[in-house]
Amino acid sequence: MNRASDTGRSVSTSQVSAQQTRANLGHPASAVALKMAVQPAKGITRATLLKDLRLEWRSKDAINSMLFFSLLVVVVFSFSFDPSAEESRQIAGGLVWVAFLFASVVALNQTWARELRNQVLDAYRVSPAPPNSLFLAKALGNFVFVAVLEALMTPLFIAFYRLRALGPAWQLPIVAALGTWALVVNGTFFAAMSLRTRSREIMLPLLLFPISIPAILAMVQATTAILTDESSARFWIVLLVSYDLVFTTSCLLLFETVLNAE
Amino acid sequence: MKIALPILIVLTVILLSYAGYMALSPNGAPTEQTMGNVQRIFYYHVPSAWTAFLLFFINFGASIYYLIKRSPAADIVALVSAEVGVVFCTIVLITGPIWARPVWGIWWTWDMRLTSTLVLWLIYVSYLVLRRFSSSGQTALLAAALAVFGALCVPFVYFSIWFFRTQHPQPVMGGGGSIDPRMLHVLLLNWLAFSCFAFLVCWARYRVEKLQRDVDEAHAMRSLMDLRNRRQQRSA
Repeated sequence: MNRASDTGRSVSTSQVSAQQTRANLGHPASAVALKMAVQPAKGITRATLLKDLRLEWRSKDAINSMLFFSLLVVVVFSFSFDPSAEESRQIAGGLVWVAFLFASVVALNQTWARELRNQVLDAYRVSPAPPNSLFLAKALGNFVFVAVLEALMTPLFIAFYRLRALGPAWQLPIVAALGTWALVVNGTFFAAMSLRTRSREIMLPLLLFPISIPAILAMVQATTAILTDESSARFWIVLLVSYDLVFTTSCLLLFETVLNAE
Repeated sequence: MKIALPILIVLTVILLSYAGYMALSPNGAPTEQTMGNVQRIFYYHVPSAWTAFLLFFINFGASIYYLIKRSPAADIVALVSAEVGVVFCTIVLITGPIWARPVWGIWWTWDMRLTSTLVLWLIYVSYLVLRRFSSSGQTALLAAALAVFGALCVPFVYFSIWFFRTQHPQPVMGGGGSIDPRMLHVLLLNWLAFSCFAFLVCWARYRVEKLQRDVDEAHAMRSLMDLRNRRQQRSA
């Protein structure tokens, strides 16, 4: 109840301010402001997402470190077993996801760090903007980063481990998208949570990995099932879909509480 | 309240010793035909597991209550039940391999029930780690949010690992397995004793935590008052 009335108030205040802006300025930017006021949540999500993507495009901090990190994982793993053997197909699913999981922690850890500088997050908290649009923007941004990482790393995995899907390969992108979302939605939430703890860089994996175990199991098993064609990946895909639904909902329900925790 | 604690202590001691006698002596529970006396660890293993699950459930309920009402008491209940629950879960994870080694021939197997108990243990340990590492003012809220996530995760853990593999003996209750009624009697008696014990520990821990918070609050108040007095003196 409280949340609904808050959102309602934020809509009306930002509408008023947008109308004032239009009346006072008569500037082209006021049209953008009005558009943002009409759909405040969507506008804020888009603005934050575009800002993060632009920052990342210019600095390439996260994507470079993630790429190099997962490259290292691939090389290190190749020493622990024979990568060209036929059995490597059995472990490849697990290996790929372990590399992506560890690499995504790099991106997740710096999600909120940027907003702490100059008290941006505090400014956001006192503004009437709905917290969930900020959360969605951050989660979508992380999703894009990790998806780009996966798209760049997959050819390398295929080349290094001579992978070839014996099962229906069209299911792999579905598994990848669902699995990535499962990781980043919880990761973004727990990164916001670990902001308020000591040694926050260590906290994130400690919180994220236990909760993600069912999702990781589902991703690995689905990928292995598709690569080896020994079983169907359908159960795991359904599990991932329901995991995503449940945890996205709970993140959206609880994010406001965590953001405003004092 | 002051009289209830000693009564509970005496009751728990009597129950625990009687249940222990029943579990360990052939006069109580009959010796299992194939496994022999090793099977008697079952009277500690299973009740500990049930108690741990009960405590985790209480943790979930208290966390939800805290998120809605923001009552400090609910936060303490959540903390205490998670702590004691982790202890009982650890007992389960230790007694399991002790039994498995002579019976299965292996210490550990990545079977469904073992794996999901281990994952549950990991989730609640991470909950305790969060409580330890977060700065005092926000701990309760963050921990309550994590507890909700952990509880939501439990069905997923269960289903994913259930599909993954299973080797554990079929559950005694509702699993279609048959058990000697005398064994069941001893098992339930032990569960009652363990629950009483867990409740007692939780209660003691609750009081300690409450006192600790009161002391912290008093310290904070006193330093505030000192500050104010000093300012007044300076201005005067």
